[in-house]
Amino acid sequence: MSRPTLFALQVLVAVVCIVLWQVLSTVPVFGKILLPPFFFSNPLDVFSQIVKWFVSGVIWKHLGITLAESILAFVIGSLGGVLVGFWFARQPLVAAVFDPYVKMVNALPRVVLAPIFALWLGLGIWSKVALGVTLVFFIVFFNVYQGVKEVSRTVLDNGRMLGMSERQLMQHVYWPSALSWMFSSLHTSVGFAVVGAVVGEYLGSAAGLGYLIQQAEGVFDVAGVFAGMFVLSAFVILIDYGVTLVERRLLVWRPTASDGRG
Amino acid sequence: MSTPTAVALEDAKVAFRLGDGRVYTAVEKAHLAVAQGEFVAIVGPTGCGKSTLLNVAAGLLKPAAGSVSIFDRPLAGLNREAGYLFQADALFPWKTALDNVAIGLEIKGTPRSEALPRAQQWLTSVGLGAFANRYPHMLSGGQRKRVALAQVLIRDPKILLMDEPFGPLDAQTRQVMGNLLLDLWSADRKAVLFVTHDLEEAIALADRVVIMSAGPSSRIIGDWKVTLPRPRDIFEVRLDKEFHALHREIWSVLKDEVMKGYAQSTQAAEAV
Repeated sequence: MSRPTLFALQVLVAVVCIVLWQVLSTVPVFGKILLPPFFFSNPLDVFSQIVKWFVSGVIWKHLGITLAESILAFVIGSLGGVLVGFWFARQPLVAAVFDPYVKMVNALPRVVLAPIFALWLGLGIWSKVALGVTLVFFIVFFNVYQGVKEVSRTVLDNGRMLGMSERQLMQHVYWPSALSWMFSSLHTSVGFAVVGAVVGEYLGSAAGLGYLIQQAEGVFDVAGVFAGMFVLSAFVILIDYGVTLVERRLLVWRPTASDGRG
Repeated sequence: MSTPTAVALEDAKVAFRLGDGRVYTAVEKAHLAVAQGEFVAIVGPTGCGKSTLLNVAAGLLKPAAGSVSIFDRPLAGLNREAGYLFQADALFPWKTALDNVAIGLEIKGTPRSEALPRAQQWLTSVGLGAFANRYPHMLSGGQRKRVALAQVLIRDPKILLMDEPFGPLDAQTRQVMGNLLLDLWSADRKAVLFVTHDLEEAIALADRVVIMSAGPSSRIIGDWKVTLPRPRDIFEVRLDKEFHALHREIWSVLKDEVMKGYAQSTQAAEAV
């Protein structure tokens, strides 16, 4: 299928959904409105709410804060994940000792940590960053750990036979291998950084997209809730697109799925 | 005779401890000497431990008994005089063909600006001059082997260890690669230890063909000189009368071992 056709079809899905929503929430069917405005609002109201946010400029502050929290969570979580992942992979004893604890903490639903972080770090951005970090860290950690452990035996032996020292093996073999695993999880970890930020804001904050949605919910402003969700989705899609661009640059050496060699 | 011995295995024994505590002896009392400039091929049935023997010569494995000397000096640790061509893909997938070849020099501390042009020359001499910027996954199996060959040869090792290097390739590509190898080798005649299960390939390439018995505890059971004239063309040499006579002679010994090896591997499979 050509790209324009595909794009047209994708747009068509959105148009059909929005038109259905608008019609069902405003035009009575057999004397009854199927989507009562109190629960479902309608696309026009939601759209005008979004326009209002952007025209008045209030949204930028909230977007900026959510973006800052996501980036900080991603950077700190990734850094920690890479360092600890490397450490554990190179020191099997350490990995074995900490294994049950890592599993325990990872099994914990991070939402329950939000109040604790709010208590420790206050209602500012750092409690949200902390929540994001706990999510991002484990994804990156597991991937880097795997990446270092699963370096091909032959490639390692080849490095040794070519005369690489331990440090050179690190630089030319372990590191690129771990990075490739980390980048393969880039979409997930960036997504989770945003989730951490928004959930944290939702549970207690004074700014950010999560805060905006939570405020609208508090006054039963359904249009505001939907508007917040749409802005959030668009925000995540933009970030994801950015990630794709970065990935394409960094992983040129990897066969793509379409090569049939995965 | 004053040619120095490049690789000497004396009564080398290789054993592995299995998961259940038993000891599996892969190779028993292997005695093998490769002179400088000599091309020796080791042939044996599957699972006879010929790759194991090569890893001992490379220093990747330590023999359980016996000794390994490289140019009359006992080998400790990895064999720094040797270049190793692996059977499986061993290129660094995150480096381009050019970087994969240049890395051999860069490790030794050659500045990159000097290593890259030389890597380009080597790529050209293995026929891949135009593929410098490709990553390994964009190359065919044969092309990857060429890059691997350049990667090893750019370091100018005194000894070449090759573990069924052309095993994964199709028959025609193997012959082309064999000729390429002979071409490159004839330039400075390194000592070569070439492991293969293909007797024809062994005779066509080598100065000497060494036969190993079926494992476990396999031994070296035969050693033939190949006196076919050089330079050889692998396509032509297979039509030679002498080639056929030698092939028949060696095969009469090898055949029994291949059958034994086959019987053992099927028995083992049934036991499981």
